[in-house]
Amino acid sequence: MLTVEDLDVYYGAVHALKGVTLKADAGEIVTLIGANGAGKTTLLRTISGLVPPRAGRVTFEGRDITRMPAHEIVGLGVSQSPEGRLVFANLTVEDNLDLGAYRRKDRAAIKSDADAVYRLFQRLLERRRQTAGTLSGGEQQMLAIGRALMSRPRLLLLDEPSLGLAPLLVREIFRTIQEINRGGVTVLLVEQNAHMALSVAGRGYVLETGRVQLEDAAARLLVNDEVRKAYLGG
Amino acid sequence: MTEFLQQLVNGITWGSVYALIALGYTMVYGILRLINFAHGDVYMLGAFFGFYIARLTGAANDPNPLRAAGVLLLSMLGCGIVGFVIERFAYKPVRKSSRLAALITAIGVSLLLENGGMLLFGADPKFFPQIIPSANVPLGMGVSISNQQIIILAVSVALMLGLRFVVLKTRVGKAMRAVSYSHTAAALMGISVDRIITFTFVLGSMLAAAAGVLVALQNPKIEPYMGIMPGLKAFVAAVLGGIGNIPGAVLGGLVMGIAEVMVVGYLSPTWRDAIAFVLLIVILLVRPQGLLGQPPAEKV
Repeated sequence: MLTVEDLDVYYGAVHALKGVTLKADAGEIVTLIGANGAGKTTLLRTISGLVPPRAGRVTFEGRDITRMPAHEIVGLGVSQSPEGRLVFANLTVEDNLDLGAYRRKDRAAIKSDADAVYRLFQRLLERRRQTAGTLSGGEQQMLAIGRALMSRPRLLLLDEPSLGLAPLLVREIFRTIQEINRGGVTVLLVEQNAHMALSVAGRGYVLETGRVQLEDAAARLLVNDEVRKAYLGG
Repeated sequence: MTEFLQQLVNGITWGSVYALIALGYTMVYGILRLINFAHGDVYMLGAFFGFYIARLTGAANDPNPLRAAGVLLLSMLGCGIVGFVIERFAYKPVRKSSRLAALITAIGVSLLLENGGMLLFGADPKFFPQIIPSANVPLGMGVSISNQQIIILAVSVALMLGLRFVVLKTRVGKAMRAVSYSHTAAALMGISVDRIITFTFVLGSMLAAAAGVLVALQNPKIEPYMGIMPGLKAFVAAVLGGIGNIPGAVLGGLVMGIAEVMVVGYLSPTWRDAIAFVLLIVILLVRPQGLLGQPPAEKV
């Protein structure tokens, strides 16, 4: 469904991704783990079309999307909940979800999709007329994910959904990610919380300073010595 | 008392013109963090477009409200196109460069419009035709308002309400607010950020054009440099209200207009232009985020 081949990305003089190759098949949860600055966010930004790569190719469902503008990639069915959530703080929860469906015209279906998001995250329903800036961190994360679902993606890119959340909430978010995945959405999950990420994912990639160091089934990565030492606290 | 009320009426009318221009500054700033210094010159072009349109369509010889409305709308359309062209060919190419590059470009566009106007329209002032027969309407207590002032107020209020509707209720308005919050997040929603920026420029330029035509109804003398001072003052009005904040621009414009008229009336006309910059200095010292602006939030 998604393939990334030999991707090279520079930020100014910084070589952020060095020949990264990975893929996600339809229906999978694939996770990308690695330390801060390894290039995880850069990879998601490149897939979404926010950063142009120097070299390499990104395809989605067989279509080359390497240099497609970000807003068109959303229209193809690739959606992202970005690092730092970036919910529209001055807009209500409702308006945030509505913007998630910006490219769609089917009013009735948009409404029922919003209802589906409210079923997924019931706390958003109570707060739907509140501005997003007044939500707690966890609620903002739910909103960011819900908003990303509003474009009816077939591939969902999640950047650090657990960042800054209490452990109980982290579990809730991950449960929801699995639920979204069971609904037929392929998920590419970027995480620092390697343990949680590997326990919900089918496969995983380990990114180190812009290179894929390891790729394997998530269950095997969980027991891999190097991974345990570097990312799972021994 | 009568004199004060009369000044207040004049000040509010004048302020609503500043407000229209200030809205363009504040919207473009909200979306691009760019001070579009050419904005005052678009206001000048609005007056000149109105002038030529009035002559070409015969509105100059046949003053009636319908034709006058036509002049206003066509001038707004013309400046909308100018705004589109400026954004596309001057600002878009430097979008990814530093903000300083964009700022210098803005000053360059401003000089181009002023001196291009000089070349095209000539240095001699032109006199805007009377496209509305003039009349005075007494308001009571010795206060009166000219029908031009009524038109200025009515059209400004209508345009501001229209803008409010667009920004708060329509999809493109929500997209504008999304872009002003974060280009990245907006693009991830599937919003074409470029298109929203273009739309914002066109909208702001149309409001400036309306201001140009409205002012020319009352002060018919128009010349290519006429946009410089009102442009600067409207910019100060936008800062006064809180740059990037739409209701703030309206409030700032009104405060500016009233302050200016009061200073002219009670102090001395020579202070007319100085008051704007006194206000700017005071607000920057006392409340740098502007009357309605919010202090920059700490990012966690």
